[in-house]
Amino acid sequence: MTAPPESPVVAENLVKRFGSFTAVDHVSFRIGRGEIVGFLGPNGAGKSTTLRMLCGLLRPSEGRAVVAGIDVVRDPESVRQRIGYMSQKFSLYNDLTVAENLRFFGGIYRVPRKERPERIRFATEMAGLAGRENSLVSNLAGGWKQRLALGCAILHRPPILFLDEPTSGVDPESRRRFWDLIHTLSADGITVLVSTHYMEEAEYCHRVALIDRGRLIQMASPAALKQHSLGGELLLVECEAIGVAMAALQEAPGVHDVAAFGNTIHILVDNAAAALQALPAYLAEHGAPLTRIERISPTIEDIFVQLVGAESRSAGLPS
Amino acid sequence: MRLRRIKAIAVKETLQIRRDPISLLIALLMPFMQMTLLGYGVSLDVKHLPVCVFDREASQNSQALLKRFQASEYFTIVEGFDDYREVTTALDRGTCRIAIVVPQDFSERLSDTGSSAVQALVDATDTNTANVAIGYAQAVVSGFSASVELFVESLNGNPVARLQPVAAQSRVWFNEDLESRNFIIPGVVALVMALVGAELTSLTISREWERGTMELLISTPVTPMELMLGKLLPYFAVGMFDAGLCLGLAIFWFDVPFRGTLGTLFFTTSLFLIVVLGIGYLISTAIRSQVGAAQIGLLVTLLPCTLLSGFAFPIDQMPPAVQGVTYLVFARYYVTCLRAIFLKGAGLVDLAAPILAMILYAGIVAFLAARAFRKRLD
Repeated sequence: MTAPPESPVVAENLVKRFGSFTAVDHVSFRIGRGEIVGFLGPNGAGKSTTLRMLCGLLRPSEGRAVVAGIDVVRDPESVRQRIGYMSQKFSLYNDLTVAENLRFFGGIYRVPRKERPERIRFATEMAGLAGRENSLVSNLAGGWKQRLALGCAILHRPPILFLDEPTSGVDPESRRRFWDLIHTLSADGITVLVSTHYMEEAEYCHRVALIDRGRLIQMASPAALKQHSLGGELLLVECEAIGVAMAALQEAPGVHDVAAFGNTIHILVDNAAAALQALPAYLAEHGAPLTRIERISPTIEDIFVQLVGAESRSAGLPS
Repeated sequence: MRLRRIKAIAVKETLQIRRDPISLLIALLMPFMQMTLLGYGVSLDVKHLPVCVFDREASQNSQALLKRFQASEYFTIVEGFDDYREVTTALDRGTCRIAIVVPQDFSERLSDTGSSAVQALVDATDTNTANVAIGYAQAVVSGFSASVELFVESLNGNPVARLQPVAAQSRVWFNEDLESRNFIIPGVVALVMALVGAELTSLTISREWERGTMELLISTPVTPMELMLGKLLPYFAVGMFDAGLCLGLAIFWFDVPFRGTLGTLFFTTSLFLIVVLGIGYLISTAIRSQVGAAQIGLLVTLLPCTLLSGFAFPIDQMPPAVQGVTYLVFARYYVTCLRAIFLKGAGLVDLAAPILAMILYAGIVAFLAARAFRKRLD
């Protein structure tokens, strides 16, 4: 094997079409060793499809994927020996026990016999399943299952991990534990590409790739995204008649963007101080008196909504 | 190809079989049930056919003739009538399959002209049975006829029976008792193994697709060949166990004579099992739902193996086009082997043709199955 490449994961203009539908549309990126990169976007944005192309499970319609320095289409088996993968749907064997699943993947990846007991013990402990080695996987709760799946994926010490929505459907406490594990692995030099539709999980990543409708909109660190992408200041508005207020705010002077967030409204303004002064009277005038207005710091979700909106407008799509 | 991976898959598959009660039931109980059901149920022997009689003469002569029917193991007289309408009704209802009508002037014509006729009305809805029944009835009547002749000759003062110029002396080989069971049971063994074998393996790949475990499995470096071998090995063991069960029932329970060697039996059975498991696996790679795969598995094995393997219906009686099709029915080769091993004591050399056919079949199926399995989702 050649020396470890500087960028363990490289995508060059990856395209995947299913019939006339383009699931992934000219996506390019490079990921450095030990980096944790989060793919962020709504369901159906093309996150899973991209990960599957990187694993060699789907053949790209165009473009090239190079993983661990190896072209995925040309030599998928060599790539597979160097990656660990967690698919979107939980895919360990429910009718096997914890230990049996680990032994199975140990055999499949041909983990050297001498190291096997040690690695299986390590994976069991990492997943917090010590003492439950003989439980059937079907009897485990969601969070344990996810950690066991991660344990199986790292049994052969792959330098690269592809995790497709590993935390979906898992309780917040387990999600936090899971991210702790990912950080531990990254500290050991393992490169992690993880997709999620939980926007708040972006904060755990070194870099975030925002993906929408098959396109990579922006890729940067969470902090950089918040600093540079917004182009204004963010206010939170709370009122009774949200529909009326939103319509009015679209027209208000100095307001760039309006988005509903649950039962509140986030607006992007040029000058927060001026807006805090003017808007209460403006909204009362338009029949939607507000109950609360305050300045907030943007979340990744704000950035995402803002960027997707900008994309759609420039592409002439309805936002 | 790596033995470690094959072993890992075989171990995993064994654990799954052990924990899946339905798989176990199919594997262990089905062959037993099918063997007893088919072994007892399928018989081509025509014996104790229900006969009704309409004796219009009711003489000593006519009774002597009818007694011969009663004495024959092929017929059982169930009823006597004295009206044609009753005879018709009995045939319509199926209470009898054949009706013998002795005319009013039976004895009179016999003594006057030396010849008389007896009517046999046969229910020919089942042509095979009807043909056999007619043959047996003719044999009974000609036996009676010969005794009458003998009697007349002796009355005329010729005590020695007239010798027939040429008489055929037949000796029955291989199935000396002409028991159709001895011919059918080896075929039943083949049928049961084909059904159970294909049914078991037709689920192994589709189950992984359905449960979502396949996506992870194909993201590992396992090769299609390793996967196939690892998955089929445990089923081969189960299949051999079933084969032992079926063959044991055939020999010890149904008393089919076994004249061959265990070695030949083991070799041909393994070969057939490889073909059957391979076909199930091929179906499984092509169809990603378990229900669909099971149905195709049944369709591919049950009908062709029942109708076209020669298990009950002789292949050389089929029209040439259908005979051509039977070469595709993998069970026909094993049926041929089993019959020859059981009844004729045939060895490997005698069975070279069907054995080569099975080897070829296994090779093609394995090649297709390994190719059909793609480690990709699209």
